[in-house]
Amino acid sequence: MSAVNRPLSPHLQVYRWQLTSVLSILHRLTGVFLSLGAVALVWWLFAAASGDAAFAVVQCAIASWAGRLFLIGWSFALFYHLANGIRHLVWDAGVGFDLKTTYATGWTVVVAAAALTAFAWVWAIHGL
Amino acid sequence: MVEFALPKNSRVTPGKKHPAPETATSTKTFEVYRYDPNSGENPRLDSYEVDLGSCGPMVLDALLKIKNEVDSTLTLRRSCREGICGSCAMNIDGTNTLACLKPIGEVSGKVRVYPLPHMPVVKDLVPDLSQVYRQYASIEPWMKAAPPAEADRERRQSPEDRAKLDGPSDCILCACCSTACPSYWWNGDRYLGPAVLLQAYRWIADSRDEASDERLSDLDDTFKLYRCHTIMNCTKTCPKGLNPAQAIGEIKKLIASRE
Repeated sequence: MSAVNRPLSPHLQVYRWQLTSVLSILHRLTGVFLSLGAVALVWWLFAAASGDAAFAVVQCAIASWAGRLFLIGWSFALFYHLANGIRHLVWDAGVGFDLKTTYATGWTVVVAAAALTAFAWVWAIHGL
Repeated sequence: MVEFALPKNSRVTPGKKHPAPETATSTKTFEVYRYDPNSGENPRLDSYEVDLGSCGPMVLDALLKIKNEVDSTLTLRRSCREGICGSCAMNIDGTNTLACLKPIGEVSGKVRVYPLPHMPVVKDLVPDLSQVYRQYASIEPWMKAAPPAEADRERRQSPEDRAKLDGPSDCILCACCSTACPSYWWNGDRYLGPAVLLQAYRWIADSRDEASDERLSDLDDTFKLYRCHTIMNCTKTCPKGLNPAQAIGEIKKLIASRE
């Protein structure tokens, strides 16, 4: 009997999405997004150093509808990655592996990231 | 390597439909992955309406009923039908579990049954687990210790030390956890996966084993151990309620705190 050409059983196509895997892939995606935001930050600083005209262009881009959406996404990525990073640190200390705790800390991270993002934007727009 | 889509020869096509007998009172539809290596065709998803009135309570009961009464070519592994042997591990309703421990009543709507994910399929619900067994052999799952002073006596262990093996030693190696792990899907050729790492920990944690240090050195590898990103799908899916993720965490901690 030949072992070649056996089909591969379905994986992503059939495996149920659940908090465990969703938060894990979100951690990676927010990490990537943070790097993109860092590039945007460099662009902003570079424009500020280049003079009025260049800075005005970047300011205009950031103030646009898409620019603000990007910034909101970036700040959420920052807070999510931070909160979930702390969750990983706790795991690395050997704590919090049982399913109940994993789900409790998982939802805490989601709520904390959303709340911190909202707080940061209310603060930025209205002041304290 | 990460490859999200299935290879061409693995894409699942629609299959045959088998309606329930007219005498059936309450029916449930089972969609079952079928692959016949002799046909040269792609895998397909056959659908069977099962009369629950004349069927046992577990998914395994329904699969055997299909095999006995509708299509005897349906191929699956099973033995103990009580969660001890680990043979009937498969993907049911989106997560991996043992068909003999999964009540049909827990699934709302159609019951979708696939082989363990991201494995080469031998036939129908039978995956080729050679890779998992090879990796299991690679961690040398036996006691390594110099002969005790009195050759005829047992190696003694305190109740506290024995208690450390509760959990890891209950693993039946069904491979539900390893095949639930996305990291194992993408790097299964080099990452050992949760099932095998749980077993590695079972020997590291054993107070009678004297090879912990070599075992840890062997595992201290970017791929073998550190492809675990604490996704936690393993612990979530274990049909025995064990915690492979915690065992992997303990191994990482032991390696980090050496010297």
